[in-house]
Formats: sequence, C-alpha cells, structure tokens
Amino acid sequence: MADPVSTPRRPFRWSAILDHGVLIAGALFMLIPVYLALTTASHDKLLIQREGLQWGFGDQAGANFSAALFQSGGFTGEITGATMLMNSFILGIGFAIGKIVLSMMAAYAIVYFRLRFATLAFWVIFTTLLLPLEVRIVPSYEVIQGLGLANSYTGLIVPLLASATGTFFFRQFFLSIPEELVDAARIDGAGPVKFFIDILVPLSRTMIAAIFIIMYVYGWNQYLWPTLITTEEGLFTLVRGIRQIVQAMAEGSEIPDYGRAMALAIVAMIPPVVIVITCQSWFVKGLTESDK
Amino acid sequence: MAQLSVEHLSKTYPNGVTALHPCDFAIERGEFVVLVGPSGCGKSTLLRMIAGLEDISSGQMRIEDRVVNHVEPAERDIAMVFQNYALYPHMTVYRNMAYGIRNRRVPAAEIDRKVRDAAQMLNLTEYLDRRPAQLSGGQRQRVAMGRAIVRDPALFLFDEPLSNLDAKLRNQMRIEIRALQQRLGVTSVYVTHDQIEAMTMADRIFVMNAGRIEQIGTPAEIYHRPASTFVASFMGAPPMNLLRGHGTGTGAVMLSGGLQLDLPMPTDAGRDLVLGLRPEDMRLSPDGPIRFDIQIVEELGATRLLHGQLSEQPFTVAVSKETQAGPGIARLAFAPDTASLFCGQKGHRL
Ligand SMILES: Nc1ncnc2c1ncn2[C@@H]1O[C@H](COP(=O)(O)OP(=O)(O)OP(=O)(O)O)[C@@H](O)[C@H]1O
Ligand SMILES: [Mg+2]
Repeated sequence: MADPVSTPRRPFRWSAILDHGVLIAGALFMLIPVYLALTTASHDKLLIQREGLQWGFGDQAGANFSAALFQSGGFTGEITGATMLMNSFILGIGFAIGKIVLSMMAAYAIVYFRLRFATLAFWVIFTTLLLPLEVRIVPSYEVIQGLGLANSYTGLIVPLLASATGTFFFRQFFLSIPEELVDAARIDGAGPVKFFIDILVPLSRTMIAAIFIIMYVYGWNQYLWPTLITTEEGLFTLVRGIRQIVQAMAEGSEIPDYGRAMALAIVAMIPPVVIVITCQSWFVKGLTESDK
Repeated sequence: MAQLSVEHLSKTYPNGVTALHPCDFAIERGEFVVLVGPSGCGKSTLLRMIAGLEDISSGQMRIEDRVVNHVEPAERDIAMVFQNYALYPHMTVYRNMAYGIRNRRVPAAEIDRKVRDAAQMLNLTEYLDRRPAQLSGGQRQRVAMGRAIVRDPALFLFDEPLSNLDAKLRNQMRIEIRALQQRLGVTSVYVTHDQIEAMTMADRIFVMNAGRIEQIGTPAEIYHRPASTFVASFMGAPPMNLLRGHGTGTGAVMLSGGLQLDLPMPTDAGRDLVLGLRPEDMRLSPDGPIRFDIQIVEELGATRLLHGQLSEQPFTVAVSKETQAGPGIARLAFAPDTASLFCGQKGHRL
C-alpha cells in the first residue's frame, strides 16, 4: 500500500550550514533596507535630519503616511501621493495590457500565417531585446515630443511597449500547441479571428497571467522614461515622485522630509508585492506547465 | 452516386517530397474505406487532402459532384477524428461537440438536441460538463467521435484514431466505430497502419506504398489475390511466403533451391518469378510433394507457426492447434489455386 514512508533522518552536513548561511545573508541583504525604510518612516523629519536612519520605531508613522499620500507637494503643490499612485497604476496596467495585446498578435502572425519573411520578422523583433528604451531614449524622446505626446499617458506608455520579450514567450507557447488542434479548429469553421479569440486566448491564459505580472512590475518600476517625458507634476509616477519630494524641499531650502519620502517608498512597494504574492501560483503555472 | 471521387490527384510538398503520386478512385455512398500502408507512405497526406487541410498539387477532387479543390475544410461537409483527439482542452465536452455547428450558426435548440443525441449514442451524457483532461483515453476518443457525428457530415475522416488506446479498448472501439458508421450510413475514410483494423473494418481497402495506391479491393480480394508482392507481404499475419524462382515454360516454377512445383497457370521459360503461398493454405501431409525443414515452432494458442526452410528459402506454415509438429523434416501439400504468382522484377501479380 501507499503508506507515506517516513523520511529517514538525513545525516548532518556541514555544507547545509553554508547553504543556509548564504540564503539568510541574501534575505537580510534584501530585507534590511525595507525594514529601515519602515522604521525611518515612523520618525519626525528633524530627528532623521539630525541622526540619520533609524533602527527603532517612532511615533510619527501615521502622520508621515497620511502626508505621503494626501499632502500636496512638488513645486506647484499640485500633486499628492494618491495621484502618483494612480499614475503608477495607469502606467503599470496600461503597459502590461498593451504589451500582451501587441506581443500576442505579433506572435500569432509569425506562427500561424504563411508570411514570406516570418522568420526574419521574428529575428528583427528579437533584436529589439538588444535595444531597450534606455539605448534609444534620445530618438524616442524626439519622436514623442514631435507627435505632441509629451506629458500624456500615451507618450508615457507607448514607447515602452516596443520590445521582444512578450512576443518571444508567446511565440514559443504557440509553437507548442499541437497542429491537430489548429486543424480541428479549421474543420470546425473557426476563421483566423475566431481561432485567436476562442482557442488561443483561453489556452494562453496562464501565460498571459505570468506575462502580465512581469510586465506590470516592470512598468511600475520605470524611472528614466517617465522622468524624461513627464514634466507636468500631475503625471508623475510614484517612483519618480519620491525623489521629487525630497528634491523639491531641499531646493526650497526646507528640511527634506525623509520620513514622508520613506513612507511613500513603502507605499510604492506594496502593489507589486501584492500582485506577485497573490498571482504567484498562476505565475509558476504559466511559465512551467500547460494544459494542452 | 460516388460520394468522393478523385482524378489524377497528386501531392508534392514544397520541400520537393512527392507524398502522393497521381491516382484515381471513387468512393461510394455509405462505404467504409480503409487506407492502409507502412509509415510514411502518404496515408495522412491523402486524408488531409480530402479534408482540405493540405493543398492539392494537381488533379481534381469532388465530394458529391462538387469540385472541392479550393473549398475550405469547414465548407466541405466533412468531419475528422484525429489520432490525438485534438479536443479543445479549455472547453467542456458539450462545448467541444457544439463548437463546429455553433460556428455555422445553427439555432441553439437544435445544437442542444444534436449534442445530446450524440452523447446518448456514445454513452457520454454524464460527462458533458467535464473537460477533456478529466476523461480517460477511450472517453476522449468518443468525444472526438461525438464532435464528428454532431456535424452530420457527408464524409467521416479518421486518422489512426485508435492508435493511442490499449489493445483491449482498441478492439472494442473498432467494433463500436464500425457499428456506428453502419447505423448512421455515413461514408468513411479511415487511415491505419494496423492491418487487422483494415481487414476487419473495411468494405474496401486501399493498400498504399511509397505514395502510390498499390491495390484497391475488398478485404477478401486483398487477402486472396494480392496485386503485388508488397501487398502480399504487408497484408496478413503471418505474411504470405514469397519464394524466388523462374518459369519452366511448362506451367511449373523452378524454385531457386532446386525444387519444381506445378501450377495451374502457364509460366514463361526462364522468366524470374515470385511464388506466393499463404502459411495457412499449406497442409502437413506425409505423402505431400514438398520437403519442409522445420526449425522453430511458435505457439500462438489457436494456431501454431512452423518456421523453417523450403528449397533453401525461409518459409512459414500455420497449422491448427490439433496438428502435432516439431522440429525436423516434414512433407507439405497445397491446393494449386491458392498460389499467387508475381513478376520477379516488378513485383506485380501475373
Ligand atoms: N508538411 C510536410 N512537408 C514535407 N513533407 C511532408 C510533410 N508532411 C509529410 N511529409 C512527407 O510525406 C510523406 C508521407 O507522409 P504522411 O504523413 O502522409 O505519411 P503516413 O502514411 O501518414 O505515415 P504514418 O503512418 O507514419 O502517419 C512522408 O515521406 C513525409 O516525410
Ligand atoms: Mg499519418
């Protein structure tokens, strides 16, 4: 019978100590800054200015967090943390969705249509991996500026969309779908659009979820491009807004409000963390298994 | 009236492989045709051309008098059952079966009736809400059948539908498919490389080899009068014995081992010939004209196979389980009209 066999006690290995030591050190390395941000965010700005980062908790957490979210800041005093949070959401979600739609359609065309230069097209798309936005940032800026899209969500999102990662994942996935299924759908009278919507999209849903998470986090963490293309404070995202708070105040010859900045940094971390934690089972599924 | 007819149909893939050499045939309404042949002989290619999944390189194909060369698969009034079932993994059994006719804008009530009828016929009613992953192989096979039935087509196409099932289930499904086809009266083309399936299911068998149709005939014709040495050796288990020799000009064959056998047909003197004798047409008889050196005895239960040498060529005889035989020298006899004679060079029947 299938009695669960009790695992025999493994002999003690010294290397286990090393393994765990490395893992623990790595975890601490990642977590201590977060902890410091959290503790520091609970202190008064004068104290932080005087004594630097704080290891213990203070009593200003509530004040700092509400200031971070709701107090207007920046040069014009028009932007609150909540607005920036909103902008980051728009960037993250718009980017992820745009990316998925675009790359799925590109992969669909490459895999299923007898295009003359399908392979060439794929490799051209693939080489964009070598040309991330940071490399082509000046021409991209010129184009967006020329189109009058600076300081708009479109200008913020669209230039980021052009890259190969999604197309690559979807192409590999589509290639793994059995050809018989495509034939069956053809016999069942599913044209190209119907096949895409009725068959490919539902089959790809774990893949879509996984890519959504990756892209959402990637979009959320964008710094350089938003800094360049948005000059109106109403369009600032959280990631750049954090810095703006500190900078604006320092240049305004006030004491920089580090407590508030730390609080905002914590806020900025929460949505990606929540998404990754809640979706991680989908994420793993999407990248490892498929139910074809 | 022919349900499916082709003229000079051929297929050359873009990479230059000629998978089907020009052929002509017609399949009658209600017929069950089996395409059989070794791997890579072009069976699937021919079937996929009928389905419209593969372009036709040359020639013409008609389904019910309509030329379908350029007609989309969905418009051809066919249904296909695939080797790996090709069920949509994200749809329930019900939706899998309904998908095709739903795309044809059949009214919902009619879809429902057809799906439930088919499910009833195939004992799938209790599984209608399941996904394919939650079914056994045999059940998936039945869903694939159901999907075909629901379409109510002029032509059923099967591409090795049973090859993923275990032997027992395969026997059962074989009978089920045949019974269903007879009940529905739908013309069917069935691809297999299993000659037992071909012999037991077919009204007519098309034996294919290297892109050519070698013979078209009823199972009995294929068995008793194979058109070539290829058909003779491919159909039948154990296969027909093929003995090399040459004609004597006197209605006899001189086998290359030196044994002369009289035949009821004329034989050109000196011509290379191949004599075909079915293992089960041979009799052990003490005063038979042929000397047979038995080397190995294979017990199959109902029959017993005797492998050995006849006129210095390998030879097999099948005898019933009552017949006692062991290694050593035996004498054989056969009815001359059961012998087949083939051209020694080209392999065709004489
Ligand atoms: N898409 C293709 N492109 C080029 N050649 C092909 C293609 N499909 C099949 N062939 C070739 O055509 C020939 C016939 O293939 P086909 O699939 O019809 O064989 P089959 O009789 O169905 O074999 P099996 O019993 O293994 O399924 C083979 O030589 C194969 O290599
Ligand atoms: Mg095949």
